[in-house]
Amino acid sequence: MDDILKLDAETYKELMKRYMETRDEQSLYEVEQASKSFIQNNILPDEIVNMHIQALEELYPSLSEDIQYSMNFLLEAMIAYGIAHQEYQTLREKQSELKSEISVAASMQETLLGTTKPDIEGIDIGIISVPAHQMNGDYHHFIKGRDGSLGIAMADVIGKGIPAALCMSMIKYSMDSYPEDVMSPKAILNSLNRVVERNVDPSMFITMFYAQYLPSEHKLRYASAGHEPGYYYNAANDTFEEIETKGLVLGVTPDTAYPEYEMDINKDDMVIMLTDGVTECRDGDRFIESEEVLEVIRYYAHLPAQEMVNQVFKHFERLQEFELRDDFTLLIIRREV
Amino acid sequence: MKPQSCVNINKEWDIVGARQLGRDIAKKIGFGTVDQARIATAISELARNIYLYADHGQICFEIIDNMEHKGICMVAIDVGPGIEDIGQVMEDGYSTSGGLGAGLPGVKRLMDEFDLQSEVEKGTRVKAIKWVR
Ligand SMILES: Nc1ncnc2c1ncn2[C@@H]1O[C@H](COP(=O)(O)OP(=O)(O)OP(=O)(O)O)[C@@H](O)[C@H]1O
Ligand SMILES: [Mg+2]
Repeated sequence: MDDILKLDAETYKELMKRYMETRDEQSLYEVEQASKSFIQNNILPDEIVNMHIQALEELYPSLSEDIQYSMNFLLEAMIAYGIAHQEYQTLREKQSELKSEISVAASMQETLLGTTKPDIEGIDIGIISVPAHQMNGDYHHFIKGRDGSLGIAMADVIGKGIPAALCMSMIKYSMDSYPEDVMSPKAILNSLNRVVERNVDPSMFITMFYAQYLPSEHKLRYASAGHEPGYYYNAANDTFEEIETKGLVLGVTPDTAYPEYEMDINKDDMVIMLTDGVTECRDGDRFIESEEVLEVIRYYAHLPAQEMVNQVFKHFERLQEFELRDDFTLLIIRREV
Repeated sequence: MKPQSCVNINKEWDIVGARQLGRDIAKKIGFGTVDQARIATAISELARNIYLYADHGQICFEIIDNMEHKGICMVAIDVGPGIEDIGQVMEDGYSTSGGLGAGLPGVKRLMDEFDLQSEVEKGTRVKAIKWVR
């Protein structure tokens, strides 16, 4: 450290000398570069003033005492800046430590909550889930039943970041523990509701849409716990309909009942499930209308389901200038044959 | 025999006296201008804390001069209210001046060695050393 200081002091003096002789821009440019390296080497403002004092003394030995004293005065004035700068450095280091800890947590979350999109004859599935920050407060999960049915859970914790993500792990592990024969949407929401009611802070809300697709009967059974409504695309009429449901968010009261609904899915029909990060995208200060989401989906409807959700995401990501305000999860299932 | 000298801190003006004495000692044992200024700033912080929180106390200076080292040691002592959560006051950004980098963490940065003992309702003792390089 002392060696660096000595070297820098020498450089500074030479630069200053040249500048005093030539007043050239070159020296000013070089001192700008030197100043950057001072910052890199943690050389504090008071030390720079001191370099200046030393350079003055060596270059102008006959300089008036008044000027010398005034320089010492300046040095005193710079001390507090030096401490503030050191503190800033420490905080920066701490911040990057925190960031890397969170990114470890985020990849752990990905492993814990990971789910693979199943391959099922006759249906095409597209899913995209992108967190606004490092950790995702949205959750989706695929469960392939032994009877050939496909269970799809989509949930959203009101709130973002780490608390939301921790909460999701609990949901996932409760669901994992259910035996196959209670896999009806109604039963799952009833049971999760009790888990959340008992275990989660009342200020935290979780919404969930649970759907079960029966490929052999081409039927969709579903129930919702206050989740953002999904949409049904009727291919024959080329229309979108909101999927209406009743049911309170999870965890409010222990005895909430969740009605279960059923609908037929015809060839080329689509079911769209999403979280409010999709419908509450913003274009500047304006919230988009849900019709806009449907329009964009319609625009890309000729693509395979995965391509479709990717393109829809790209569209809204761009609309929001690449800064998501909320976690974004969109799932589309289409009956192919 | 180690020379030791103390300044009583009773009023704000005494802070200046402590700085002056500390600086004179620092100059005498060969600290450069930057270090003199840093030592003076550390003295200010400790003396101000005594003046503000403990009402009165003392700052003593001692020259350390042994085979390997030469330096200045300062000890700030008071029998004031003490500090309850030392860990917290040593955290950056805690001081009431609001993250301007001074306060006790600042003293620790300005000096080479730092030690703080405090007992609630008994008092506080801060010791800090800076070595001549
Ligand atoms: N000698 C002391 N006796 C009792 N309490 C003290 C003493 N010194 C510090 N404290 C307590 O520790 C806190 C932190 O002190 P510190 O000097 O770091 O910051 P500050 O005095 O609050 O603000 P600053 O010094 O930046 O103006 C003080 O607010 C005070 O409560
Ligand atoms: Mg203070």
